[in-house]
Amino acid sequence: MLNCQDATRLMSQSQERGLSLVERMSLKAHQMMCSGCRHFERQMGTIRMVTRAYVQGKNEQEKK
Amino acid sequence: MLYRPASERATKNEVNRREAMAAKDNPQQSTGNMGYLLADEEFLEETRRQLLHFASLQLGDIHLAEDAVQEAMIGALKSASSFSGRAALKTWIFAILKNKIADTLRQKQRTVNASSLLREEDEDEDFSELFDRQGFWQPEERPASWGNPESSLHQGQFWLVFEACLEGLPPRQARVFMMREFLELDADEICAAVGLTTSNLHVLLHRSRLRLRTCLENKWYLQGG
Repeated sequence: MLNCQDATRLMSQSQERGLSLVERMSLKAHQMMCSGCRHFERQMGTIRMVTRAYVQGKNEQEKK
Repeated sequence: MLYRPASERATKNEVNRREAMAAKDNPQQSTGNMGYLLADEEFLEETRRQLLHFASLQLGDIHLAEDAVQEAMIGALKSASSFSGRAALKTWIFAILKNKIADTLRQKQRTVNASSLLREEDEDEDFSELFDRQGFWQPEERPASWGNPESSLHQGQFWLVFEACLEGLPPRQARVFMMREFLELDADEICAAVGLTTSNLHVLLHRSRLRLRTCLENKWYLQGG
């Protein structure tokens, strides 16, 4: 049974590598019971999206 | 005079064609309304400063960084006419710089001694602030919903918070995070460039994301952002 620290580690790694079936299943099982880790997963996507927007100069457009 | 010898018409066409070619070869002539950006020293200096910070963090060498930024800016300003404003121009400069840094990192083994990176203090940063002894979220650290995060992108203030949170990352975490998310290098490329093992890299990226997430949540999303 994963704890939150392990779950966030897997969610972070999933941004660099594909997770194995076992990893994905234990992550799902953990997330079913843990709202914090469900939010964490969505936030990883948000951070990537925000970073891409930043690189594309979105912040400059808003400063004008 | 309605009649012109064919030879003269040809000559006129030739002249027009040459003028068109000259304009193409000389971008200054067609800079048009972008001229103000090139004359805006404050904008150029501010851009240069930001890029230099970024590049020196990535390359670990101020001289390499200065060269890369200079090349990127000169490259971009040559084609300044094709941009419709500061944001577009800055994006373009940044795109050139990213490629330049990525190439430099791919080509050469790091001039920065990889072992010097490993000696940094944040190596044994502990997680007890975030997680309890069983590794579950501390109650006040449990990630909350961020609502509709896309709407932040349109708020100038959000970007100041984002930049502050990035700058709050320990240098080593900031460096690999930016290599991964800004330069979009893959894990193997980053490991080769900075002399890390894959598991070192995973640890650093995990920490940087935990830290960045906490910072954004506390400084923005929980502030009613």
